[in-house]
Amino acid sequence: MTTQLLALTTFLLALIACPLLLGIVNRTKAIFAGRNGPPLLQKYYDLRKLLGKDVVYSYTATWLVRACPVVVLAGSLAAAALTPFGRGGAVFSFQGDFLVWAGAFTMARLFMVLAALDVGSSFEGMGGSREVWYAALAEPALFLSMAALAAIARDYSLTGFFLSLTPEVTSRHLMALLFAAFALFLVSLAENSRIPVDDPTTHLELTMIHEVMILDHSGPDLALIEYASALKIWVMGALVVGAAVPVDIGSWWLDAGCFLGGMAVFAVLLGTVESAMARLRLTRVPQFLVGALVLAALSVVMMARNSA
Amino acid sequence: MSQPTPIALANPSAVPLASLPRGEFHWLRSTILEQIAGGAHLCSLFPLTMDGETLLVALINSHEDHAVVAAAAPIGNAYPSLTPECPEAHLFEREIFETWGITPQGHPWLKPVRFLPGRDASAAGPSVMDFFRVEGEEVHEVAVGPVHAGVIEPGHFRFQCHGEQVMHLEISLGYQHRGIEAALTGGPDIRTRHLLETAAGDTTCGHGLAHAMIMEGFTRTDVSAAAHRVRAIGLELERIANHVGDLGALAGDVGFLPTASFCGRLRGDILNITALICGNRFGRGLILPGGVGYGIDAGMATTARERLAAAMRDIRGAVELLFRRPSVNARFEGTGIVERITADRLGMVGPAARASGLEADVRVDLPSGVYAAREFPLRLGETGDVLCRARQRWMEVQDSAELIDALLQEDCAAQPPAHLSPLPADSLAVALTEGWRGQVCHAAVTDAAGRFRLYKVTDPSFHNWPGLAMALRGTQISDFPLCNKSFNLSYCGQDL
Repeated sequence: MTTQLLALTTFLLALIACPLLLGIVNRTKAIFAGRNGPPLLQKYYDLRKLLGKDVVYSYTATWLVRACPVVVLAGSLAAAALTPFGRGGAVFSFQGDFLVWAGAFTMARLFMVLAALDVGSSFEGMGGSREVWYAALAEPALFLSMAALAAIARDYSLTGFFLSLTPEVTSRHLMALLFAAFALFLVSLAENSRIPVDDPTTHLELTMIHEVMILDHSGPDLALIEYASALKIWVMGALVVGAAVPVDIGSWWLDAGCFLGGMAVFAVLLGTVESAMARLRLTRVPQFLVGALVLAALSVVMMARNSA
Repeated sequence: MSQPTPIALANPSAVPLASLPRGEFHWLRSTILEQIAGGAHLCSLFPLTMDGETLLVALINSHEDHAVVAAAAPIGNAYPSLTPECPEAHLFEREIFETWGITPQGHPWLKPVRFLPGRDASAAGPSVMDFFRVEGEEVHEVAVGPVHAGVIEPGHFRFQCHGEQVMHLEISLGYQHRGIEAALTGGPDIRTRHLLETAAGDTTCGHGLAHAMIMEGFTRTDVSAAAHRVRAIGLELERIANHVGDLGALAGDVGFLPTASFCGRLRGDILNITALICGNRFGRGLILPGGVGYGIDAGMATTARERLAAAMRDIRGAVELLFRRPSVNARFEGTGIVERITADRLGMVGPAARASGLEADVRVDLPSGVYAAREFPLRLGETGDVLCRARQRWMEVQDSAELIDALLQEDCAAQPPAHLSPLPADSLAVALTEGWRGQVCHAAVTDAAGRFRLYKVTDPSFHNWPGLAMALRGTQISDFPLCNKSFNLSYCGQDL
């Protein structure tokens, strides 16, 4: 199978399978709580339900609220197209593409926050303020982990990061890779509004970050945003799995199996973290993100030592 | 003229209105202030109109005397407000202003509490939709409710914030006002007990017992020891069920799922023990004036003890899971602190007051029934934060389970309730119970025909809502749901 075709296949697989990841997370949480939990495919049912509904717009809202779902979805799709899922490489890849990757998510966030401010609700304003504050703190950790990966791979594209991880490179930089993966995992908790930073299941609007910003979206618009969020988790998970499980067996099927297995473990891990700990007080979140930054810095240090 | 001495009433008891000591208003005022300075607290404060004269009646829970101190003074249409010197009179005076149209002059925030039709303040104070505002360029206002995202009662919360920090919270209730007190006048009748059992649905036994005690106080009826035990079992089961439910809700609020899920089920298990006894999960019909509606025979007692022991094992597991988790402790600790002095000045009651170190427990201060016969432990916290309020609840759950288990081993067999004679004319009766939220105070006054001239219900929430507002001062607005849940006050109990 040609590389192009493989990349396209894994991209399409990500588009189809990403809501399933949330199903695994929720099932894990349910098992910890002693419940049966919703079906694994619940997110698909939710999306179908939302797509069948009408949209309601506030009289005070402008075009920003209408543009937001489309831009958010575009951001996730663009990032997904730049992300290598497993060993196949990404659909698009060029030097420095990880900056565009982060930019795609930032653009999505910008529109989400603007739309939240646009409707003029005090809750959504607070959500937007928290979102921007934490994003600013998560960004250094994200880029420092990327820097470690780039230095290990001696390449500046996301595809290059992971394709260059031959068994020889991996064994030399194993600890650096694991630290980078851990830092990326913490960043992905914050970026995807999971516990301990945010609680995706809470109904308490005063404590929300991500959920409160989308209170005024409904119907298909909400479906687009929820789908984009699911895809974002898949994309960030792929980075974590790529760094933490740098296997290269050679067989396409086995490698794909390893990647998908890694993604399932990532989802179970998310569910476990959410079940095993309470949410942080909002004022403590910066400490959590600085912790991720420290891990990323350690990764860089270890990479530098092993390269010398 | 020599000043009268305030009368000390047992719990429960009744006195003819003629024996109610009445003096000049300044005497009443100094009596209240002296009592409060001595560590006592207002149970209730209400005007009583009779023979063309309006009296202000104060009922004070005096810890030292183990009695309710009662005093009255004529006030007319206006009187100098007590609130500036006695902040715990704050809501009582607003209620007096709204319900009876009597103006406490000099009250700092004379705003209606219950949206009574036609009573919106035109003259003196702010109207129902006026809120205390903090002015400033960077200050913003957050309005929450009355419609909430969860299945809870309606109430409006107005925050004055600087960024995430809360500078002031004003709680505006009244959406659940049903006119219970107005419906009770002219009673007692067939509806009386039902109205009071539903005054605050989660405190059915607390209010039901207070009402039964009022009736027994008026008629000087003695209740059998077995009935006293069944009543205490109902009251303590209610306490366990609500505390366990709230511990689960606290876990849910911080996103700690295991305890949240377990406690939801366990609360049901406890409610089902109440249902086993009287056929109703909330204990409606269990406590009747003169006795109890249902007894507990030996077989049922064994089943109840087994079920309680099994539930307590699981509750212990779920609660220890919660308190052992460092992330939960970090989240609870130092959140929503109410200092002891604040709790004292506001006259807070129940577990919320005890978590701040305030000795306030009707089972200890003014014991009646089984509590008079045995030493009941007074549990106190120190720090007054969410962690302390959560731990307080867990300690009380354990005490309650122990008491229930002991009572179930004694005779709780069914006996028909004692026959009550007609109520005496022109008398005042007072009864206090320790509901799960704290002190439930009922006071009733009869007319010349022995019918209720006035029936005043004071739910513990009425004392504690201002405490919640104070807990939020200077904290993060995102801590509000957690603080709110740690108090879990009743909206309908306050609105009546």
